Amino acid sequence: MRITRTVAGRSRRVAVLATTGLTATALLLTGCSSDSDSSDDTSSDANGKITLTVADFGQFGYKEAGLFAKYHELHPNITVKEDTTADEKVYYPKLLQQLNSGSGLADVQGLEVGRIKELVDTKADQFADLSKVIDVNEWVSWKEKQATTKDGKVIGAGTDIGPMSLCYNTELFKKAGLPTDRKEVAAKIAGGWEDYLALGEEYKKKAPAGTYFMDSASAMYNAVVSSNAKQYYDESGEAIYKDSPSVKQGWDLAAEAADKKLTQGLAQFSDPWKAALRKSTMATVACPAWMAGQISVNAGDANKGKWDITTAPGATAANWGGSFLGVPKAGKHVKEAGELVKWLTAPEQQAAVFKAIGSFPSNKGAYDLPDVKTAKLEYFNNAPIGELYADEAKSIPETVLGPKDGIIKDTISTQINNMEQRGTKPDDAWNAATNAIDKAIG
Amino acid sequence: MATSTPTRDAYAPPPPKKPASARRQTWRSRLWRFDDKASPYAYIAPFFLVFGAFGLYPLIYTGWIALHRVEMTGLDQMEWVGWDNFDRILHDSEFWTAVSNTFLIGVMSTVPQLLVALGLAHLLNYKLRASTFWRTVILTPYATSVASAALVFALVFRADGGLLNWALEFVGLGDTNWANGHWTSKIAISVIVIWRWTGYNTLIYLAAMQAVPSDLYEAASLDGASRWQQFLKVTIPSLRPTILFTIVISTIGSMQLFGEPLLLEGGTLGAIGGNENQYETLSIYLYNYGWNLGHLGPAAAVAWAMLALLLIIAAVNWLIGRFVRKSAV
Repeated sequence: MRITRTVAGRSRRVAVLATTGLTATALLLTGCSSDSDSSDDTSSDANGKITLTVADFGQFGYKEAGLFAKYHELHPNITVKEDTTADEKVYYPKLLQQLNSGSGLADVQGLEVGRIKELVDTKADQFADLSKVIDVNEWVSWKEKQATTKDGKVIGAGTDIGPMSLCYNTELFKKAGLPTDRKEVAAKIAGGWEDYLALGEEYKKKAPAGTYFMDSASAMYNAVVSSNAKQYYDESGEAIYKDSPSVKQGWDLAAEAADKKLTQGLAQFSDPWKAALRKSTMATVACPAWMAGQISVNAGDANKGKWDITTAPGATAANWGGSFLGVPKAGKHVKEAGELVKWLTAPEQQAAVFKAIGSFPSNKGAYDLPDVKTAKLEYFNNAPIGELYADEAKSIPETVLGPKDGIIKDTISTQINNMEQRGTKPDDAWNAATNAIDKAIG
Repeated sequence: MATSTPTRDAYAPPPPKKPASARRQTWRSRLWRFDDKASPYAYIAPFFLVFGAFGLYPLIYTGWIALHRVEMTGLDQMEWVGWDNFDRILHDSEFWTAVSNTFLIGVMSTVPQLLVALGLAHLLNYKLRASTFWRTVILTPYATSVASAALVFALVFRADGGLLNWALEFVGLGDTNWANGHWTSKIAISVIVIWRWTGYNTLIYLAAMQAVPSDLYEAASLDGASRWQQFLKVTIPSLRPTILFTIVISTIGSMQLFGEPLLLEGGTLGAIGGNENQYETLSIYLYNYGWNLGHLGPAAAVAWAMLALLLIIAAVNWLIGRFVRKSAV
């Protein structure tokens, strides 16, 4: 008896040690930040004070707009903590793992539009139904439909949307002998993306050494595809990206831009891309509303006032990106988290985020607020972004989403990058893209 | 001793107790015998229990998953597909790219690393001032975490404003996009691996060298052998089993190469091993399949394929080892 007990005790200890070790390794491997795991933070203490955690990616702008501090002022018993992952491609697999295991989830999780369909299809039962908390009619109609299941459950409240525009560096435009005025630039590219490429060739003729007309052809590709209702899937859920006219148009334009060497060929949001913004080596960036925040943060104060914003080529209404806030049922404070989501996505707060970093509201109520209607972005030479985006937002087509939209977009972007950076032949790049995508879908 | 006998009888325990005592004696001896026979098993049991729970069970379960269709989005739904997943990866050109990348990076990092380690160990084996200091210093890279080492080297190898390119430009050698090229990216990763593991192997070699009897060297130097000849004719043959050991360990290590390539560029590109998969290793391939694409079945199949490859390499190693031993005799 004595022997067995000691052994069991020891083996338990070893097992505990091993488990701890393995968990630590697993955490290291998956690059988990353990903030969201510490359960003590989220439980309420004796005074009924609670901490709500918000896990998101990229730039949601709540900190910049001071919203979490304000929420704490309004609700002294609630503190909000944000855990931001820079790259959504790192964030999403982690979210899926946490949903599978039911642990490590934050009270509020950010959900990207490229993933929302997959989540609606497969994980809806793990999210609280927000339709009872929020008023879905407040949002632009297509936005909330994207996060709604067939039986009318809403798993995410819309944050921002991405109406398309064009950001350009006035200093580089001036040096290359191009007009710098918003209206003149808009007039030059009014005919569509072909005009944009023509402007690029004009830029290239007198371009300052070491600068390029656009950051990446894949960004232009995404901008082109975004203006279409049908992109990678059709209404029946079939993947049609191989024959999709919008994909073909975007791909051909990207191949042309790569061929004419109009692009610096940088993968967006990568370190070299950020460095290029800091050093002002690219003249234009296809600019969904949220991109303004990315540019101002990465280009830094040194480049303030050098950038400007005008309408996108052809002025077709397009939406690129945008996110949702969801409340996992596994959270400890589902009710409070729902309230927080309602408040964060209400018109006033969305307007405040827009004012702070330029992410455009998806809540229609915000469009008439002065913060949106007459908004100007100081960093961008006081560009009148409110005027620019509000009209466009209303005419954006309702897009057909598919479960693997995000991965398809990323894979095609990588291959466009190969065309511009490594000189891969368009046909080879397309084959590589379709192979990889078929693997991802199947 | 007749007098003592009655006394003893008087103090003898009552009859009913006697059989009990006997029983206890046999019980005790039986327990003792059991202890003697069973405890060794109990002592080694913890390892096997832990191995069963964290080694064998995952191994078998991974094999089970490899025969099913399982998605990251619905772990509870498993659909039997037989050998489809294996079929799928074996017909995927990216898998074979990963195999050849893993093999190439393995050779490119293991061979120089072991040679340098051997040389360093030989140097450290001399009588040195502050030898403990040097031995500790040489192990420092091994103590660094993969993540921090890889991140630092990612800065060194960066195309744009990286430390190495800055230095190269300084001497007029232009700049290289290290992560972008097929060979340069492999060189970059090998450098990180070599940097991290050379010290570890050096210490293993050093320990083995110190076990070589000094009279062998004395005899050799009496025969007029130079230091170099002593190294070749005495040290290396004595180290043969140790060298084989380090080769096996390094092979397993390079098979599992993951953090270095993942972090070389980071982000999406890291997860697919570069824009043309030029530095995608098998572990990265597995990771991408399972975690980015969310298909756990093929990912599990890759894990089993990696095990099979390791076994093949081990068999080849063993054959070579046997051949070397035979030819040495």
